[in-house]
Amino acid sequence: MIPGILLQIIQTLVAILLAPLLLGWVNLCRAWLQGRRAPPLTQPYRVLKKLFHKDAVIAHTASPLFRFAPYMVFACMALAAGIVPTFANDLAFSPAADAIALVGVFALARVFLALAAMDIGTSFGTLGARREMLISFLAEPALLMVFFTASLISHSTALPTIVETLAHKEFVIYPSMAFAAVAFWMVSTAENARIPVDNPATHLELTMIHEAMILEYSARHLALIEWAVSLKLFTYSALGIALFVPWGIAARGDFAALPLAFLALTLKMVVGGATLSLLEATAAKVRLFRAPEFLGTAFMLAVLGMLTHFLLEV
Amino acid sequence: MSLTYYLQVVNLLAALLLLISFAMLSQRRIVGLITLFAWQGAALAASTAIVAGSTGQHHLYWSAGITLALKVIAMPWFFYRLVRKLDVDRDVEPMINIPTTMLIGIVLVIFAFNLALPISQMSGTVTRSTLGIAMATVLLAFLMMITRSKAIPQVIGFLAMENGLFFAATSATYGMPLVVEMGVALDVLVGVFVLGIFFFQIRETFDSLDLKHMEKLKER
Amino acid sequence: MEIYCLLGIPLTGGLFLALWGNRRNAPEINALFSLLTLLAAGVLTARIVASGPMLVGGEGWFFIDSFNVFLVALTAFVAFTTSLFSRPYMRIEQEHGRLSTQRLRLYHSSYQVFIAAMLLALTTNNMGILWVSMEAATLATVLLVSLYRTPASLEAAWKYFILCGVGIAQALFGTILLYFAAERVLGAGGSALLWTHLNGVKTHLEPTVLQLAFVFLLVGYGTKVGLAPLHNWLPDAHAEGPTPVSAVLSGLLLNVALYAVMRSKVLVDGALGNDLAGNLMMGFGLLSVVTAAFLIKRQTDVKRMFAYSSIEHMGLITFAFGMGGPIASFAGLLHMTMHSLTKSAIFFAVGHATQSAGTQLMDGIRGLIRTNPTLGWGLMLGSIAILGVPPFGVFASEFLIITTAMHEHAWATPFLLIALGVAFAAIFGRVQPMVFGETELPRLPHQPALTPVFLHLGLVLMLGLFIPPYLAMWYRQAAALLGG
Repeated sequence: MIPGILLQIIQTLVAILLAPLLLGWVNLCRAWLQGRRAPPLTQPYRVLKKLFHKDAVIAHTASPLFRFAPYMVFACMALAAGIVPTFANDLAFSPAADAIALVGVFALARVFLALAAMDIGTSFGTLGARREMLISFLAEPALLMVFFTASLISHSTALPTIVETLAHKEFVIYPSMAFAAVAFWMVSTAENARIPVDNPATHLELTMIHEAMILEYSARHLALIEWAVSLKLFTYSALGIALFVPWGIAARGDFAALPLAFLALTLKMVVGGATLSLLEATAAKVRLFRAPEFLGTAFMLAVLGMLTHFLLEV
Repeated sequence: MSLTYYLQVVNLLAALLLLISFAMLSQRRIVGLITLFAWQGAALAASTAIVAGSTGQHHLYWSAGITLALKVIAMPWFFYRLVRKLDVDRDVEPMINIPTTMLIGIVLVIFAFNLALPISQMSGTVTRSTLGIAMATVLLAFLMMITRSKAIPQVIGFLAMENGLFFAATSATYGMPLVVEMGVALDVLVGVFVLGIFFFQIRETFDSLDLKHMEKLKER
Repeated sequence: MEIYCLLGIPLTGGLFLALWGNRRNAPEINALFSLLTLLAAGVLTARIVASGPMLVGGEGWFFIDSFNVFLVALTAFVAFTTSLFSRPYMRIEQEHGRLSTQRLRLYHSSYQVFIAAMLLALTTNNMGILWVSMEAATLATVLLVSLYRTPASLEAAWKYFILCGVGIAQALFGTILLYFAAERVLGAGGSALLWTHLNGVKTHLEPTVLQLAFVFLLVGYGTKVGLAPLHNWLPDAHAEGPTPVSAVLSGLLLNVALYAVMRSKVLVDGALGNDLAGNLMMGFGLLSVVTAAFLIKRQTDVKRMFAYSSIEHMGLITFAFGMGGPIASFAGLLHMTMHSLTKSAIFFAVGHATQSAGTQLMDGIRGLIRTNPTLGWGLMLGSIAILGVPPFGVFASEFLIITTAMHEHAWATPFLLIALGVAFAAIFGRVQPMVFGETELPRLPHQPALTPVFLHLGLVLMLGLFIPPYLAMWYRQAAALLGG
């Protein structure tokens, strides 16, 4: 129990500390691919530092909810990062929260962010919140279906069990996971406000979703939200790794494997971040009204994955 | 779960085949469609070759080779040239919108899986469970032919259907007798060339490859 | 040996005509190759009549019995007469400027290849090769249908290609399932698809698989037979293609497709031991007869009208074969012959009529009896024959089919009678003014080649009055093979 709690704390801290680094890496790769001069790898940290030193400006109409939301969002993401096995599988939280709870935690963060965006009463905030809700309303079921496909294989919705089945039992290829992987990629681009659903780099009112919601935030509030955003990206990457390339995550009670697991995680994150930026560079942003179609496709692919599981793997 | 790794790879390729079929349904650009078709051919050839290797059915190497030569190299190349020459690469809206098409597609997949179930239980091959996927591929290709109004997507749908049939033959019976497979391949090849001529004729006459112009012949 | 000649001659002909190009005498060469094919078919037929069914080549790649040799003879005969008809017909088309020499070369070459593909489909013993040659026959005719390159003909050819392509893909799936069932009994390899082998073990084949296989085969080949509701390609292809092509499509290709269905039915009947296959065929057949009869009424294009009449008659034949039993099968075979001969004769006559009137619309064709009496009588007699008026042979076969239906499936009789009645009224009402109506057109400048028309009609008349004993015996043998 004690090592479990210890590992849990270490893992959560690692996630919180390293998340901006992953975002920096993705931005770096993207700049390279676009032939721009790349910002330094630590740029997200600098931004956070700068923001924390500024004075917060808050609208007169803002309610306490507006101030409270960033902390809530950050806490949710930190909790989510703690649930997903990144390098250790022996986590103290894991009996308490499974994949479905994870989706719930994400949803909670989103609800607060959307409420805060509407709280001020500017048109952009409302617009962003409405778009965000539309996207997530479609993305959530797809994400759940992806989890269900994985849990059909391992007969459990607990993430450590899924990782255990996939990584530490006899090696088996699961064709259904191919569908799930594509669906997962589509969902995570939508959830993390990346191309092709949203573009994190623009503030174009016609297309922006996530950025529209946080326009009114400044200073430490904004810093927390930016940090939460990078944490979310990190968590999703960790989820992808846990579901589709879980090899290397240390098994329960296997402390000797931890350094190696950490190394594997770093490597996978590096490769994953590069792939993400590559996909972003090659994809074109879809128009907003095509986004439901995009996510509908993700949902159907996930369903198809489940069907394939019943056909090929039972 | 006592399948060999070969078999797992075949299953994976089968899943890819189905995945590509769905991607084709949602693809709007003709060039993208051709690329997907080439990938489907590649998945088919690879799975056929693996089945050949793992079960010792050596005539399947021929079939894999034919698939590779025709459906991965020759036909996509031919279609690319055609598209460039006829200059028809634009976004095309299918006649039914894509989400609806996908929904119908899912229903078809369930139907195909159910239809194939009793037969695959009877089959003696190790790859029998992929028969359902083969049937689903055939039906999805059929759906694509129905929902597209342009000539080239229709033909690609037709060829994708042929891919599904080949896959069915491989998974249910380790392929048809060689002479039949050769004959089928020959027919497909001739068919594609006939179509090539045909495209030019249609283009010359209608100044477009849109089959919506071709709705004069109807019962009134 | 005869079999190789039979298949080799048209194939060589196709290659030769492709290389020879459209010299002045290409039509004569086309006719010559068709004549040689007919001779080879004659020799083969004589041999089968004398010494019974035979297997040829390797493990038995070709199989000839009374059923298919009769179709081989019919095919070769109609192919020959059509080539005779097309000789002057296509020349006039060329003079009218509707065809270039290049296209005539394509026409002649494809015509021979088409005949070769059909003969291969008829004689092969391998169900897979049967599929391959059916597809080849389609491919050979696609470019023939679009020969005129008019928008309508291109549309018709495209429809023909896509619908038949999809249909025949279903048949391929059926063939795969058949092989799947056969492999479990006969083992893998080429011989598992040989019809004679399959026929030997048909009672051991897995019924559930064969059931599904037959549905796919029937739908697949049925598309090519033109059975409703898969008939959409047929009227278009017949109406827009050159007339000789319409004649061979209607008179021959439909038969060959039905032949494929029948070969499958024999196997399925053996495996299932019930009437499922027959009932399905009866259903499709009846639906086709009724659908076509009511659509005939609405046609304005003469070739389209007779194309629908082809659907009606193919439906009737399918219905007859579906009933099974010696009399119905006999009647079906007889009707197959009658329909081929009569319908191609009608298309010959219609071809000349439309050529002289310059339109295919029936309102534009009037008073043939005045402009060209022989042509007028040819069309009139042909129509009367196809409508089943005695003493023509169609009457005999239709009478047999309907009396059998009354006897065994009384419920179907009213449908058949109403459909035949409607078709009769529609076609007769249309043809009558075309032949006897008023016209200001002058007499035709050139004398059309009507020998094939009267040759066919003469045969039909003869078979209506009297079927020679050896021919009757031959039909009976074939009917027995079909599970009579």
